[in-house]
Amino acid sequence: MSSTAHTPGPAIHAEGLVKHFGEVQALQGVSFEVLTGTVLGLLGPNGAGKTTAVRILTTILQPDAGRAVVAGFDVVQSPQSVRRSIGLAGQYAAIDENLTGRENLLLVGRLSHLSKATAGTRAVELLDQFHLTDAGGRPARTYSGGMRRRLDLAAALVTHPPVLLLDEPTTGLDPASRQELWDVIGGLVADGTTVLLTTQYLEEADRLADQIVVIDNGLVAAQGTAAQLKARLGTTAMALQFDDAIQATAAIAVLADLNPAHPATDTTTVVLPLFGGAGTVRDVLNRLAEANITVGRLDLHEPTLDDVFLSLTGATP
Amino acid sequence: MTAVSDSTTRPHMAPDGGLMWTIRDNMTMVWRNLTVIRRVPQLLVFSLIQPLIFVLMFRYVFGGSIKIPGRSYVDYLMPGIFVQTVAFGAINTAVGLAEDKNKGLLERLRSLPMARSAVLGGRVLADTIRNVVIVTLMLFVGFAVGFNTHTNSIMVAAGVGVLVLFGLGLAWLFALIGLSVTNGEAAQAAAFPLLAPLVFASNAFVDPANLPGWLQGWARHQPVSAAADAVRACMLGGPTANKVLISVAWSLGISAVLAPIAVRRYRKT
Repeated sequence: MSSTAHTPGPAIHAEGLVKHFGEVQALQGVSFEVLTGTVLGLLGPNGAGKTTAVRILTTILQPDAGRAVVAGFDVVQSPQSVRRSIGLAGQYAAIDENLTGRENLLLVGRLSHLSKATAGTRAVELLDQFHLTDAGGRPARTYSGGMRRRLDLAAALVTHPPVLLLDEPTTGLDPASRQELWDVIGGLVADGTTVLLTTQYLEEADRLADQIVVIDNGLVAAQGTAAQLKARLGTTAMALQFDDAIQATAAIAVLADLNPAHPATDTTTVVLPLFGGAGTVRDVLNRLAEANITVGRLDLHEPTLDDVFLSLTGATP
Repeated sequence: MTAVSDSTTRPHMAPDGGLMWTIRDNMTMVWRNLTVIRRVPQLLVFSLIQPLIFVLMFRYVFGGSIKIPGRSYVDYLMPGIFVQTVAFGAINTAVGLAEDKNKGLLERLRSLPMARSAVLGGRVLADTIRNVVIVTLMLFVGFAVGFNTHTNSIMVAAGVGVLVLFGLGLAWLFALIGLSVTNGEAAQAAAFPLLAPLVFASNAFVDPANLPGWLQGWARHQPVSAAADAVRACMLGGPTANKVLISVAWSLGISAVLAPIAVRRYRKT
């Protein structure tokens, strides 16, 4: 990969990343690219390897095999240069609870080797940008969950890094705080920041990501835009609801050639992609009637990323 | 386009490397750790409560039944209490690091271009400063219950130096423990069984001559007893040089072995 400062190559390039912890294969050869100024959503269920990938890209972990280049620097060869180019915010809201909001930002600024004055100015700017000015002098332990997450994200932005890695940035947040964080991330991307975010929320990936990489069991299960991934399920999805799980299972047997599946949480519902339009609907209903299976409710919808997830990983995220 | 706007809006970051930044990063972490102690003064108070209880218990409850040839018991006791205070205080090093790890703060620090040594260095240095404060306070507690030094102030300060060096050795041990467990409570739980035989099966509170024979060898030749002997010599008088040398050798030896292991452990976690 050529990566001089003036060619706008990919901001993140991961190639065949492998990492195991003892017997556990966290990553089994994961490759992807994030183009400069775009957002990549790394989507996968718990334990899929998302966080391990982020930890390798942020130089916290070294890969067992494969290589990764972030902002033009190899994560193993030039970790300090990578660290100077990135911001990391995580699902744990990695802030010091006993320091004030302002002190937390000063700490990150000083450890990023900003001058005292610059670190101070950045702290004031960020507190203002994240609506934390009033709370800036209070210990962070007094903050609400949403405020902590905002402070965590602010801390990732102290040096205005060109590449931002967000590990499940909105996990556990209420809808209003989530919306607020999405707006902030959207604003950063508009300013040219490259973002890699991991998420379990399909809605989040759908909303923020230009490209989506679905990983499952340490492998890339699919990648593409949200629209491309949804297109793999046909233009429409049909959901059939039955009175009980026995009938639903029978329906899956009758419709086996049409790729039917249960959503993981609901054994009385069967979902299948609909490629053939109205003719397929008539065919499905006729076959169920012949098999004496009563359909309680029929629902047609645009496929969601949930449907994609279900068909790719056999699990809801 | 993007690259240009980024480079113009990014704040200036000093170029990498150099001893000066290593020192500054360590100092920044010392600032952070001391700020936490200032912000949560209960931590300091709790570290004083246990030794205070021991002072009262041994001075006024058990003290009457413990005879030390040639000295008043309170003079014998207080140096032992100082060593105990430093030893149990070292648990804070483990708890602090384990909590930083548990809260995800270590992850953030590892993603910053800071000196790799500063997380452990800043922690151990801050805890050393904390030890100086706590030992000084305990010295005054000692004076209040009738403890008398029988040497000059330089020798008393040397005794404090012995204690601080002993605390430094233990700090590396507890840094290693803190990095090996998952949270602060686990660090507490791991620390006590390690400290109990060191602190209680020692000469800190009693004359080892009165211990069962099989325990005497251990009680005479282990780092807590060595430190207590050295501090007694510095503060009460008598032959000093050899005792101080033995304690300093213990402290530096423990640091020399455990500091590199703790640093390796930090790089790997």
